Amino acid sequence: MSSISSITWATLTKDIRLEWRSKDALNSMLFFSLLVVVIFSFSFDPNAEESREIAGGLIWVAFLFAAVVALNQTWARELRNQVLDAYRVSPAPATALFVAKALGNFILVSVLEALMAPLFMIFYNLRVLGPAWQLIPVAILGTWALVVNGTFFAAMSLRTRSREIMLPLLLFPISIPAVQSMVEATRIILSGDGAARFWIVLLLTYDVVFTTACLALFETVLQAE
Amino acid sequence: MKRSFPIFAVITAILLAYAFYEAIWVAPMERTMGDVQRIFYYHVPSAWTAFLLFFVNLVASVIYLVRRNPRADAVALVSAEVGVVFCTIVLVTGPIWARPVWGIWWTWDIRLTTTLVLWLIYVSYLVLRRFSDSSQTPKLAAVLAIFGALDVPLVYFSIWFFRTQHPQPVIGGGGSIDQRMLHVLLINWLAFSCLALAICWARYRLELLQREVEEVESLESLRGVPQ
Repeated sequence: MSSISSITWATLTKDIRLEWRSKDALNSMLFFSLLVVVIFSFSFDPNAEESREIAGGLIWVAFLFAAVVALNQTWARELRNQVLDAYRVSPAPATALFVAKALGNFILVSVLEALMAPLFMIFYNLRVLGPAWQLIPVAILGTWALVVNGTFFAAMSLRTRSREIMLPLLLFPISIPAVQSMVEATRIILSGDGAARFWIVLLLTYDVVFTTACLALFETVLQAE
Repeated sequence: MKRSFPIFAVITAILLAYAFYEAIWVAPMERTMGDVQRIFYYHVPSAWTAFLLFFVNLVASVIYLVRRNPRADAVALVSAEVGVVFCTIVLVTGPIWARPVWGIWWTWDIRLTTTLVLWLIYVSYLVLRRFSDSSQTPKLAAVLAIFGALDVPLVYFSIWFFRTQHPQPVIGGGGSIDQRMLHVLLINWLAFSCLALAICWARYRLELLQREVEEVESLESLRGVPQ
């Protein structure tokens, strides 16, 4: 068990150190989601009274698109110099690698959200009418829902032609219930009518189900050759 | 086995013709909807057949992951392809019926949305199969099929929260149906299941033949035998 956690820790710190030095993924994600925010504001009138109703959808769609940018780069780094092949022949457990990659993406997307959420609040003149603390579990569970399947499908699409486009094609249909839960929960909390508990529980169920599935099946995907 | 396919195809054709006759002429006219309701005899059997095929796909995928049997993979591929076709029929016939009866083409109701998401998942399954290299396709596709199957109940619950507009299921759903209509419906379902089975059968044999040809070709190219 300690070997799994130490391998996870080593891979995670390596990825974060690489990202911290280059900031490639974070910068491109930040700029990308900023562009999405601005383009959305031209498509909908952000000053309208309904902005609170649609803001949940806008925020999560922007994060979903931005997360795909980061997820696509997850494994690309390991393909250079055959790092992934080396990992495959090493006795290190595959789940450790997967957990490290998923956690790395989770941290990356969380940083993006922490930076972008205030900007959203300013641009769309949002004021939280419901219990604001509930946005934290929604953000954590929602981000994990996107990232855990995203990391998994990014590993799957490594083995396909035109892999950049394959990831969203695989990820989006499976993510529909998760996206709906995040959007509905955020909308309910922002507008303050009703309780978001059903959606948070659904999101938690989604996370548990798919985290288990990813951990159980990652070995198969990594060894597929 | 080879002989029985034409016999089965002929039986299917006769059944389809009989089911068509029953649905158009024999089944009683629905009191409020009129003749539009007859699309029900195509819509519902197609939906049942599609769901059955997606279930077959899941079972075959799990068997493939456990046993690594290439025939199970062929069954999974075939059932997904034919299932998508039948699911498309459901999604096309539904709005044709809904427009005159509900006054709208589409609504984001629980059954409609779940069927649409299921269709999307299986289209992405077929895209994955098309885009990945042949040796790794079966494993990746089987994994995706399992993910899709896990997703469907979650989709169902996420939409369950909204009010539903679709008619209640006619069997085991509390709705009532005329006995003669039920009879016609079941005949149509039998006919459509036979049609699906016949297409799957032909497609399965084609798939096995194609794989055999590919194997022979790659062996020959390894040996350097002139074509």
